Amino acid sequence: MEYSHTLGSVRHSFASLSHLLACATPFRSGDALAGLAAASAEQRAAAQFALADVPLRRFLEEQVVPYEMDEVTRLIVDTHDAEAFATVASLTVGEFRDWLLSDDATAERIGSLSPGLTPEMVAAVSKLMRVQDLIQVASRVHVVTRFRTTVGLAGRLSTRLQPNHPADDATGIAASIVDGLLLGSGDAVIGINPVSDNPATVTHLLQMIEGVRERYSIPAQSCVLAHITTQIKAIEQGAPLDLLFQSIAGTEAANASFGINIALLQEGHEAAQALQRGGVCADGLVGSNVMYFETGQGSALSANAHRGTGGRGVDQQTLEARAYAVARHFDPMLVNTVVGFIGPEYLYDGKQIMRAALEDHFCGKLLGLPMGCDICYTNHAEADQDDMDALLTLLGAAGINYIMGVPGADDVMLNYQSTSFHDALYVRRILGLQPAPEFEAWLKGSGFARLSREMASNTGALDGMLERLLPA
Amino acid sequence: MRDEFVTAGHIEEAAGTSPVLDRVGGLRRFTPARVGLRMAGTSLATSEILDFQLAHARARDAVYAALQPAHLMADLRTLDWPVDGSPRFLLRSQAKDRRTYLQRPDLGRRLDETSRIVLENFSTAEGAWIFDLSIVVADGLSALAVERNAGPLLAELLPLLAGVTPALRVAPTSILEQGRVAAGDEVAMALHASMVVVLIGERPGLSSPDSLGAYITWNPSSNTTDANRNCISNIRSEGLSYRDAAVRLLYYIREALRLKQTGVALKDPTDDLCEALLNTTGETLLAERGKL
Repeated sequence: MEYSHTLGSVRHSFASLSHLLACATPFRSGDALAGLAAASAEQRAAAQFALADVPLRRFLEEQVVPYEMDEVTRLIVDTHDAEAFATVASLTVGEFRDWLLSDDATAERIGSLSPGLTPEMVAAVSKLMRVQDLIQVASRVHVVTRFRTTVGLAGRLSTRLQPNHPADDATGIAASIVDGLLLGSGDAVIGINPVSDNPATVTHLLQMIEGVRERYSIPAQSCVLAHITTQIKAIEQGAPLDLLFQSIAGTEAANASFGINIALLQEGHEAAQALQRGGVCADGLVGSNVMYFETGQGSALSANAHRGTGGRGVDQQTLEARAYAVARHFDPMLVNTVVGFIGPEYLYDGKQIMRAALEDHFCGKLLGLPMGCDICYTNHAEADQDDMDALLTLLGAAGINYIMGVPGADDVMLNYQSTSFHDALYVRRILGLQPAPEFEAWLKGSGFARLSREMASNTGALDGMLERLLPA
Repeated sequence: MRDEFVTAGHIEEAAGTSPVLDRVGGLRRFTPARVGLRMAGTSLATSEILDFQLAHARARDAVYAALQPAHLMADLRTLDWPVDGSPRFLLRSQAKDRRTYLQRPDLGRRLDETSRIVLENFSTAEGAWIFDLSIVVADGLSALAVERNAGPLLAELLPLLAGVTPALRVAPTSILEQGRVAAGDEVAMALHASMVVVLIGERPGLSSPDSLGAYITWNPSSNTTDANRNCISNIRSEGLSYRDAAVRLLYYIREALRLKQTGVALKDPTDDLCEALLNTTGETLLAERGKL
């Protein structure tokens, strides 16, 4: 179907919904790379006018990626909750934005609407929103998940302790874990990106975290972010696996490039749930959210898997939102966009990274996901620590569930900059945020005191102490 | 006010001025990560901020450093290459400069016309040749990584190949400017090689402006995706050692020959597997190859 908007004597027309969505997207380098960006600033504005007039119902009739060729589309369509959608069924995209900003849009109402929203609807409305809109609406939504900690409660900000080491050295990783714990990090997950993708490494590192956790009675969960098939093998070999990780994207073809599909995620989800390793959380509920997903704008394009209806490319922000449809199917504990990791060909500078992160957080929350963000950049992007400080503060205000905690913000394995333990302390302090309730109690209790005491004891004991943390 | 925030107040007490700080600083012996940093309140102390800024400045400079291809070729030719493997081709991608390279990965994945012709002429002239392996050395995001680490890695790898897979037919090696991993697929296709190993500069990290990556791809084609590749990362003097990287590379090369595939189906080798591999004799492997 064609969409159009007339400005003066010029009629701007858009051949399809995906064409319209792409042209209405605030500029970013990835869409330009794909040849999808608006040809002029005026065309972008016209597209936004036209998009504002599109009925939300239209998104149920016209798919940006065909149902027949893509299992992500099938998941979106087949699991759509028409009853939940009924409350906004008569609205256009522009009216939906107005409603989201109104006092009618309470946390409860947005929460019950969520299963009725498709990723494309949410992506569309985000394209009409300014940064403050993305923050204000997202801040109303609290998506709470539990494993051994409760993440996502109002007034809380959690962190993933990311203690990576360039050679998977267990002692080196343990040193980073201890440093992070002493600085109050790790209540979302202690999650290692391994260099080596094999079950033995995964098992060894999980055992090491298990040892630390038990020694100091830490309410936290572990994860080693290998490929899902590797983690499933580790489970089969008896690894103490808490959260099961996988990178996901918004098209079947992009997921295939990651070596996954929905059936494989389902298999992994069942295997991880069967372990029943969740704990009793602060409110008495047993934690049962076991999946951890990472996403990021541009991943489909980078795999040349960004095409949809009519072979036409779909913009990277819309495809990112579609990845969230995959995620929400598995009630994940954690989902984060790794926003600046992908590089300048997709998000060129601090400004593009900032907007993308806020869009991702907004879209994820609206779709009912426990969104976190790896606030990050690479050394070939036009960005620096000042950009990350600004984004961290904005996401804190938007109510982000968790951020990363990387020693000194410098990941020495993945070679990029994220947020440090100290950055989390900064944002918790200026916004009055606390860690997860179970972890907060731990920081005040004997486990943390014991860790501090052991670290403060005689210097020579440090080697021995780290050794004791390692599995036999 | 401070005490209301358990993390901030508590942690300052634990790490800010107490003897714990010195002990935490001792953690740096165990990892190159930035652990045990000095603090001002719960923020980083001035000296730590300045150290970070310097590292970032160096990494930025590394991204924009240019490869010296002729120099690198002369360097690599001094190694003990198997028949015909010695570096021969100086190639370029379609990305004309660094800024284009950074914003147009599609161009970095394609050879420019001159380079394509060079390879095609070679294949035409020596059409009878079919190779098992093509090696491509590309600047990627750090020319520094290639200049420092490609030579030492190959110096470990080549004798292993000669010992464990003596019958392996290695194509003349290519040096590629402004190249991305997928450009190696095109090189291998042009040379009729059934496998390509791309040694490429990884995105510079703050502590590692010179990290080298190695990508192994069986049967590269225009349909190859990243799921079809295996990767060895962080190869540099302070990261994965040349020896360990070479043994892993050897493992992947052997597995690719044996299973006729690479990618997620191949799991990273364990230390045991690597050791067993080194104890394998050339004869056994030759016999295995006969079955392929």
